[in-house]
Amino acid sequence: MESSDQRVTYINAAHTVRSWLLTIDHKRIALLYLVSITVMFLLGGMMAGAIRLELLTPEGDLLGSDTYNKAFTLHGIIMIFFFLIPSIPATLGNFLIPIMVGAKDLAFPKINLLSWYIYIVGATFGLVATVTGGLDTGWTLYTPYSTAFATTNVVLPATGLFITGFSSILTGFNFIVTIHKMRAPGLTWFRLPLFVWAQYATSLVMVLGTPVIAITIFMVILDRSGFGIFDPNIGGDPVLFQHLFWFYSHPAVYIMILPAMGVISEIIPAFTRKKIFGYGFIAASSLAIAIIGFIVWGHHLFTTTQSMYAATVFSVLTFAVAIPSAVKTFNWAATMYRGSVSFESPMIFAIGFMGLFLIGGLTGLFLALLGLDMHVQDTYFVVAHFHYIMVGGAIMGYMGGLHFWWPKMSGRKYPEMPAKISAALIFVGFNGTFFPQFIAGYAGMPRRYHYYPDEYQILNVCSTMGAAILAVGYLMPLFYLLWSLRHGEEAGKNPWGVLGLEWTIDSPPHPHNFHETPVVDYEPYDYPEAAHVLGLHHVDPEEAVHV
Amino acid sequence: MSEVATHDSPGIGSRLQPHFANAQQQYETATFGMWVFLVTEVMFFGGLFTAYLIYRIQYADAFVHASHHLDIVLGCFNTVVLIGSSLTMAMAVHSARISKSKMIAFWIFMTMILGGIFLGVKAYEYTIKWQHGLFPANFFFEAPDAGPQRIFYSLYFAMTGLHATHMVIGMGIMVYIAAQALKGSYTERWYTPVEIMGLYWHFVDLVWIFLFPLLYLIGRH
Amino acid sequence: MSSHAYDPAATVRAYLAVFTALMVFTGLTVAVAFMNLGLMNNVVALGIAFAKAAMVMAIFMHVRGSSNLIYFCIFGSLFFLSLMFYFPLIDVLSRNLLGIPGK
Repeated sequence: MESSDQRVTYINAAHTVRSWLLTIDHKRIALLYLVSITVMFLLGGMMAGAIRLELLTPEGDLLGSDTYNKAFTLHGIIMIFFFLIPSIPATLGNFLIPIMVGAKDLAFPKINLLSWYIYIVGATFGLVATVTGGLDTGWTLYTPYSTAFATTNVVLPATGLFITGFSSILTGFNFIVTIHKMRAPGLTWFRLPLFVWAQYATSLVMVLGTPVIAITIFMVILDRSGFGIFDPNIGGDPVLFQHLFWFYSHPAVYIMILPAMGVISEIIPAFTRKKIFGYGFIAASSLAIAIIGFIVWGHHLFTTTQSMYAATVFSVLTFAVAIPSAVKTFNWAATMYRGSVSFESPMIFAIGFMGLFLIGGLTGLFLALLGLDMHVQDTYFVVAHFHYIMVGGAIMGYMGGLHFWWPKMSGRKYPEMPAKISAALIFVGFNGTFFPQFIAGYAGMPRRYHYYPDEYQILNVCSTMGAAILAVGYLMPLFYLLWSLRHGEEAGKNPWGVLGLEWTIDSPPHPHNFHETPVVDYEPYDYPEAAHVLGLHHVDPEEAVHV
Repeated sequence: MSEVATHDSPGIGSRLQPHFANAQQQYETATFGMWVFLVTEVMFFGGLFTAYLIYRIQYADAFVHASHHLDIVLGCFNTVVLIGSSLTMAMAVHSARISKSKMIAFWIFMTMILGGIFLGVKAYEYTIKWQHGLFPANFFFEAPDAGPQRIFYSLYFAMTGLHATHMVIGMGIMVYIAAQALKGSYTERWYTPVEIMGLYWHFVDLVWIFLFPLLYLIGRH
Repeated sequence: MSSHAYDPAATVRAYLAVFTALMVFTGLTVAVAFMNLGLMNNVVALGIAFAKAAMVMAIFMHVRGSSNLIYFCIFGSLFFLSLMFYFPLIDVLSRNLLGIPGK
């Protein structure tokens, strides 16, 4: 078998900087995104560090009020818009979707590259805004503070968000068209991997929701320039802003979690060596989450002047949206039941996801309850809830996927022991950081305050200690994954010994992915019927794929 | 044409991108892609229409008063002009389907002229509004319901301004398409960019079809 | 690009017919605006606008005879748009009904 040094791969096909910056190969673009979002993650993490350090003591002694406001605002904006929303779609999605549908590239490769450049421009606006005074409105940009009273530069970061939104829209649009139009012969919808279904549902949300935040930001910029769309002095309604803002920002959380769920749906059958339980239900639940997710946003407005009737309707619908997520969780568990489970590092991340997403999701139901929400809205209970989903869920899914497909993307295996330690540290550190916040929030500690009554200090100290452990857990992959690029063992086509189109091609793949268009006439996750494939590590690249 | 063009087909050969199997797949992908983009545009303008809907219900009378300051003759004229430009754009696509390159460019120029007339009238209307103190960032119009009227005009300028911006962008791209048409790039074998340009321009027309009655024709009786 | 033969004359006729209809409808919507039909003014105005939009989409944008996917895009986007209208609407219309301040 040729080693990857002799074979043409997407990595060694050309070496110039220009060939990387002007690439239209979806795999290279995925790596461009990977580097960019990692930089933004580290930046957002530093903001988190500043917050947690400030909250070690009850007095506001480390950062001033204004600086603290900027810290949590930028933490939110960077982590949501510049890290989480692009994370899995732009890295793993870009890399894997064409391969999983048996295509040579996405439908619009140049638009794919354009989406990365748009992301970079938007991120640059954000960074410039950060160093020229920052933003202190909270990531939610609520009016009339953001439109009439904020003295920080609102228009600059808002423009950056507006621009970055188009990166998201173009990615989603590319995926939708690719999945509809570029599937290989024989690859019907119900033979697609569940990662593709999850990305498709995510892309629907991206395409339908992101334009609304764009126009809302546009209206905020207009108001900053003297228009009065949300100005209460002339009859404007700040709650209308919240309706428009959350119309996107709630589905945005599904943009963040659905791809992670897709990753879990791939990892669990792989390391259980068993057909996934209820494929159809999991596929349908991805679409159900995407659609129902569009009609629950009012639960962010429970403590505003939104009418009682609308609030009740939104409360009921929010309970409804939990159902498809529960379906997925049950199906993953049922897949593991009587399976041959092995605990490689991606599986540890996946199991961690299941536990943490469970807690995050259940606490979401607490918040959907009108009466309880009145008590815990704008407290650390909410903060803990969404971090369980976003970090315990989405980021664990991202890390699991990164580890699972790392050998495919890089051609190298990473060392397993540091990876397991990292997963464990992340799990322990995460719970240490955020579980105390549930308690603090329920006991009344409000969010976005940098000083608090003394009785909350012990919980905050526990949280900061957990955050330190979490930080170590997140930094470790940076080292061992990069180390593996030079010193890792060569991965071969199928290092995990699992089923899937992507595991039948070279690691790293050839620029065109497949030497011949695959014909897919088999169901996905066909364990143990296709068990004989698992022993194969040498597949003649000239043969069309038939299992 | 009924045969499916592939990489080896005459005329289409160099236009077929390597990641597509045949020209039919590429054409369907491109048009479907434009429709998905139009979906995003519907939601984009939709945010402004939502704000309009809510405020119109809350301030029905003020919206009637504010709408009366708009010139219905100019609005109607612009509607006719824009629908006309949709016709000329459709004729451009038609010319491509019968491989008449010069006619493609001709119809695109006609579309641009009509678009230019529309924008000229809009610029005139904006100037009049500014002079009467109805521009929201410089509002000095006196009335008991001046506040909600200012909201109406905020939405008026936001919606028509965004619409006009889309027109300008479209007309910019039309310059390129017309230039390519004159070089003979578009024939009945491959005219996808003209078709997609048409879809975009008709969408711009569709937005105006709704903006006109909602902004200009409130409570005119 | 499509599999059936293209009929230039019929296409141009269809375009001109739609253009004429659009002019008629535009005149109609202006005329009706000057009549007092109460709430029906809004219904008629929107109805005419939707009729015009349908014609532009069906004939100018070649939706008639195209694949189901395009219809899916159109009706899907209208559906989600209506959700964005509907819920803030029920909020605004049901405020202050209970006599509780702020709800």
